[in-house]
Amino acid sequence: MAPVLETVGLVKRFGGITAASDISLRVEKGARHALIGPNGAGKTTVINLLTGMLRPTSGQILLDGNDITGVEPHERVRRGVARTFQINQLFGDLTPIETIGLAVSERMGTGRQWWRVIGSKSEILDDVVSLIEQFHLADVMYDRTAILPYGKQRLLEIALAIACRPRVLLLDEPAAGVPDAERHEILATIEALPKDVTVLLIEHDMDIVFSFADRISVMVNGALFVEGDPDDVARDPRVKAVYLGESLDA
Amino acid sequence: MAQPLTEGISRYLAHRASWHPLEIAFWALALASVFFLPNKHLILTEIAILALFALSLDLILGYSGIISLGHAAFFGFGGYVAGLLAKHNIVAEPVLALLVSGLAALILGFVTSFLVLRGSDLTRLMVTLGVSLVLREIANQMDWLTGGADGLQGITMSPILGMFAFDIAGHVAYVYCLIVLFLLFLLARRIVNSPFGLSLLSLKGNPLRASAVGISVNGRLVAIYTVSAGYAGLAGALLTQTTQFCSLDVFSFERSADVLLALTIGGIGYLYGGIVGSVLFKLMQDYLANLTPQYWQFWIGLVLVILVLVGRERMASWSAPLRTLLARIGPRAGRPVEATRPSPAEGP
Repeated sequence: MAPVLETVGLVKRFGGITAASDISLRVEKGARHALIGPNGAGKTTVINLLTGMLRPTSGQILLDGNDITGVEPHERVRRGVARTFQINQLFGDLTPIETIGLAVSERMGTGRQWWRVIGSKSEILDDVVSLIEQFHLADVMYDRTAILPYGKQRLLEIALAIACRPRVLLLDEPAAGVPDAERHEILATIEALPKDVTVLLIEHDMDIVFSFADRISVMVNGALFVEGDPDDVARDPRVKAVYLGESLDA
Repeated sequence: MAQPLTEGISRYLAHRASWHPLEIAFWALALASVFFLPNKHLILTEIAILALFALSLDLILGYSGIISLGHAAFFGFGGYVAGLLAKHNIVAEPVLALLVSGLAALILGFVTSFLVLRGSDLTRLMVTLGVSLVLREIANQMDWLTGGADGLQGITMSPILGMFAFDIAGHVAYVYCLIVLFLLFLLARRIVNSPFGLSLLSLKGNPLRASAVGISVNGRLVAIYTVSAGYAGLAGALLTQTTQFCSLDVFSFERSADVLLALTIGGIGYLYGGIVGSVLFKLMQDYLANLTPQYWQFWIGLVLVILVLVGRERMASWSAPLRTLLARIGPRAGRPVEATRPSPAEGP
């Protein structure tokens, strides 16, 4: 099966520090692919490279076999690659309705329309309603995002990525810092994504990783270390040594 | 669940852009000034022009976070274009000449917009200031065209639409400026309430995330900077047309600073700030100049220092009652009763 997203020898250096060295990663279409590794292994750097927020020092990124290494971040979103952020990146002064409406409107290509008053397109409205409902945001939808409880902000963070209706979704620790009750909601939504949406997940919680992923890549010190099925990775003694061993110490 | 939710959201969105009674009262008051303050039309014209200029600055500062210390570049450019069009009888009819002048400033704005895309606020302050100083010097050097330091003299205006001649008491000029201000305000209001306007607010708040939902941040900034420059050019053209004179002073740093002050006094990001601020700024200037013809600048300086000492938060807060009212009866009106609850951020 052809990979939907592929990197070839991706390198990112910040001055003398190599954050990502020679990353060649293949994410199959429809995969539930997890990227794990100790703190500072370079996982978020990979996401930033894949979404274009960082430019690689060398190497290539392919989407459906097309080179997108030089494509602007917003253009990659339009081509179907969306992400969430490890630390919420939201619009504090906008309400959840406005936030989600914004993303839906951009996806439908109406974001540049300056002559039309917001809310006059029923397709957008329908999408906003279903996302608000799906992510349990109805009780806070008129409030400024900045004053929402953390769990709701986290849900909005993920709703915003889903609103872009991506073909490839990159989730950077989606459940980080979320109370157990809402954690369940977030995981359920991710589980419920259509099968043809490809998901690349960064996560520290091994229960989530092993229940969700059908493929796991382990990163250590900026390099891909091991890749395989969850069972293989769980059994791999090297992974136990560098990753699971460390996390037990912590 | 879905049906009331749909209704709630569509009501919220409808109210978001709806006219508030205070807004209607405001424009009714402006209309009343035409009839009831005939001997104040000269200063009211100045106020209307400054208000349009401040409105143009609000579009970039209040809605997309671009700070400028050189917005007079476009004001002045529009002013000179309008002056030259009238002086050489290229476009004699004022309304058409106004549009041409605005278009010229719009093009200049588009060309220079690429300079403000990069860098921080400080870089933008310096770049915008630099552009206005460069234009001022160009106008100074090209004295064969602009009259240099003597200003552009010998401008005579034709009647508006061939019917309404400018009079010495400034009645026609005021009505003309007020209509232009109102129409451009309507357009600005439409722009900020559109999907495009919402995307501006998003990239002002968080450009990183804006690009992560597919918004071309630079593209939107270029667009709004261009529009804003066009607005400023129209304001400058109005000044030339109503005074039948244009000098290097239209490019001056003071003009850029004045408009920023007027906007700050009125409050940024709700469109009325520039208009309210211009009224306060001009009235204060007028009052102080009458009080002490020689030293009014001292007093206005003192007031500004006090304003800054009092703090930006409080300056924002004295426009807050109006904003709260607008917000309460405006966008929040769609909020269903059961969802209303006191929010922790709104304490005393």
